Amino acid sequence: MKAFLLTISLAVAALPAWAEIKIQEVTSPNGFEAWLVQEPSIPFVSLELRFRGGASLDAPGKRGATNLMVGLLEEGSGDLDARGFAEATEALAARFDYDVGDDAVAVSASFLTENRDEAVALLRESLVNPRFDEDAVERVRAQVLTGIRQDAKDPDTIVGAQFDALVFGDHPYGTAYEGTLDSVAGLTRDDLIAAHRGVMARDRVYIAAAGDISADELGALIDTLLSDLPETGLKQPADIAVETTAGVTVVPFDTPQSVAVFGHVGLERDHPDFFTAFVMNQALGGGGFEARLMNEVREKRGLTYGIYSYLVPKDHAHLLMGRVASANDRIAETIEVVSDEWRKMATEGVTEDELARVKTYLTGAYPLRFDGNGPIARILVGMQMDDLSPDYVVTRNAKVEAVTLEDVQRVATELLQPEALRFVVVGQPEGLEDTPSQ
Amino acid sequence: MPRLFAIFALLFGAALPASAKDVHDTVSTFLLDNGMEVVVIEDHRAPAVVHMVWYRAGSSDEPRGSSGIAHFLEHLMFKGTTTREAGEFGRIVAANGGRDNAFTSFDYTGYFQRVAADRLGLMMEMEADRMVNLQLTPEDILTEREVIIEERNQRVENDPGALFREQRRAAQYLNHPYGVPIIGWRHEMEELDMDDAMAFYDRFYAPNNAILIVAGDVTADEVRVLAQEHYGPLPANPDLTPRMRADEPPQLAERRMVFEDPRVAQPYVMRTYLAPERDPGEQEKAAALTLLAEVLGGGQTSVLTRKLQFETQQAVYTSAFYSGTSLDDTNFGLIIVPSEGIDLPAAEAALDQAVAEFLDEGVDAAQLERIKFQLRAQQIYARDNADRLARRYGRALTAGLTVADVQAWPDILQAVTEEDILAAAREVFDRKNAVTGYLTGPSTPEVTQ
Repeated sequence: MKAFLLTISLAVAALPAWAEIKIQEVTSPNGFEAWLVQEPSIPFVSLELRFRGGASLDAPGKRGATNLMVGLLEEGSGDLDARGFAEATEALAARFDYDVGDDAVAVSASFLTENRDEAVALLRESLVNPRFDEDAVERVRAQVLTGIRQDAKDPDTIVGAQFDALVFGDHPYGTAYEGTLDSVAGLTRDDLIAAHRGVMARDRVYIAAAGDISADELGALIDTLLSDLPETGLKQPADIAVETTAGVTVVPFDTPQSVAVFGHVGLERDHPDFFTAFVMNQALGGGGFEARLMNEVREKRGLTYGIYSYLVPKDHAHLLMGRVASANDRIAETIEVVSDEWRKMATEGVTEDELARVKTYLTGAYPLRFDGNGPIARILVGMQMDDLSPDYVVTRNAKVEAVTLEDVQRVATELLQPEALRFVVVGQPEGLEDTPSQ
Repeated sequence: MPRLFAIFALLFGAALPASAKDVHDTVSTFLLDNGMEVVVIEDHRAPAVVHMVWYRAGSSDEPRGSSGIAHFLEHLMFKGTTTREAGEFGRIVAANGGRDNAFTSFDYTGYFQRVAADRLGLMMEMEADRMVNLQLTPEDILTEREVIIEERNQRVENDPGALFREQRRAAQYLNHPYGVPIIGWRHEMEELDMDDAMAFYDRFYAPNNAILIVAGDVTADEVRVLAQEHYGPLPANPDLTPRMRADEPPQLAERRMVFEDPRVAQPYVMRTYLAPERDPGEQEKAAALTLLAEVLGGGQTSVLTRKLQFETQQAVYTSAFYSGTSLDDTNFGLIIVPSEGIDLPAAEAALDQAVAEFLDEGVDAAQLERIKFQLRAQQIYARDNADRLARRYGRALTAGLTVADVQAWPDILQAVTEEDILAAAREVFDRKNAVTGYLTGPSTPEVTQ
């Protein structure tokens, strides 16, 4: 059966004249849907898969099972043990990467046109037939445990973990997906098999490809790769409402520079005001020296090397967060400046000039993201997970342009909540009072 | 693969310096009358360019006692010029939808912008302006010095592994400035001032000490016209002298160090040896060392992984690393992160034994063939990323290599034999040239409540 095709041709209307990005919507003979940008000039393909749910699908008491399972996908499958699989991958010069997050398991692959079929067969075995051999399980488990021990003494990791625990409590988002020393030590081979069956299912996979492959070839490739996965898997977790109170949570840790994470509730990715919030945040703490936080904290006062704020639209919760690090005797001042800027933007919004600059930056920078097969495939798969349509690449900049000063003012007032802005600080901060969060 | 691997890959960056034969067709190079070297890499798939200027001046070119000035100046270059206000450079790049940044290393300082191809002339105009017209205020110095100290806090002081590597490097070089950290020693950073910055700027920032690299949707002819317009009028620095760094004396004694820090969760052993780098027209030994690092530590089928992680299970992680792109003598390194219950001396002994066995057993022919095939494949994958290609040329040219050397490198790698690898290994693994470091928690456990 011929793959069903719907091609959307787009001339991205950006500030500079931009090339056509042709996104094809491919339906494979077995019914998988994928997006493709065919670009034949370099003889390889980048393929991106996402399995929605990721580590948040860990069974009760089995924290870390998905992470360990994913770490073992390339450690032996089908007829090959771990070394056999690695040798075969190297012999094809294929690149397979397996990653895990709160909301998805991500598989990124690049393979040459000249040996594509062999590479796909090998990748399929790792996705469909992982062996979970006992020696491999123990070897990778030891590596995961080492990582957990390191995280426990790394201020950057501690601060994120403490913030998550504070805002998400006993939701899966509230604990590290690597698990704890105890939970990982207790995982059995059966737990890994269950995690594999529950997470890597057909009903939750998203697929994108870019490079030297036709739609028909991609359809056949996907069927080979994924048809033997289970039809369905574990139920997605529940949503959780984020509630915070203003103040500082100090986590004592003997290190010269304090690391702070701050935030409160944000906006869903599909909220009608998300774009306005995105534009507002770019002016508040987005990348670059233009943003107010960077300007006030770094450029004017030299209090940090970098400070950023960002919207975090997860599948089951949404936050507006930020991150900064300052020496122990300066972090108190940094926090004061951040709180002031939060209040200021909540009351006054942004200036006309700021809005104009943010818009030119965002619209001009967008097409520059499509640089190479790997980045294009990653953008395409992310759009699908965000439930966007292929024509988003055309309409996106118009959405940015449509944001008005009044929109930003209104959203800033609603979204920025100085009375809920919670800081978690890891270090030996001077002059900071720990204020209980409830 | 679990995260540990990624963490170490990030820290030690033992990536293969691949090259791309097919890419050579797309690379042109020429010289402006004032001595500025130009490299153009064409990639017409998308109408974007990356514009880079690399100076043959890095932290190892700093005057003694002013460590960190190369990197400090890199920060200050984003302040004002006689024609532009502080921060205006970045504002203009952003207003054109572009991204810009800069980087400093031992042998170079580089600046880049990534923009739509039709903005290339504007980027050149601004980069040329700040090559000669930098104008700093005393406030710039005071504030930005705080920023670089916070950068040091973030990158080094807050990370015992980074402190350990800094000490290790200082021990590796007895006399050469590669022993001084790029970001600077903290006590010297605190004293850096306007005079230090301007002296470094006046000495090194000139077209005859710079390399322009443009990669993307542009032709060599277009770049030539624009470069002549914007960089052509800048005067060469007549006082520019060849880069002279203090040479290493013969190293006669192995250095051994133990770095203890309560923040260390996972102890490990790192051994580095002084090693030769790629030299113009003479890259064969560096090629052999590059393949040696791959054979020993490049992934799941490498010798150290097989012996120490799979067979004896004495390690949770091992690595071998070597980067030959360097102006002066570089390092070849080995790492072992021991399994639980194995102490550092036992881990070191296991590492030494594995290497000794390898020298005895030789190179597995199938493994060598896989590595070489992967290197050939990299020539295909590399074409997907013009930025990375541009950086490869920038690093090589600021390390004293030529465009011809860069283009010859893939074939030189393919020509390396088992004998070459073993000979290079026997030569480099000389303990008199080595630093062996233990990173560990305090020897006396802290009292817990």
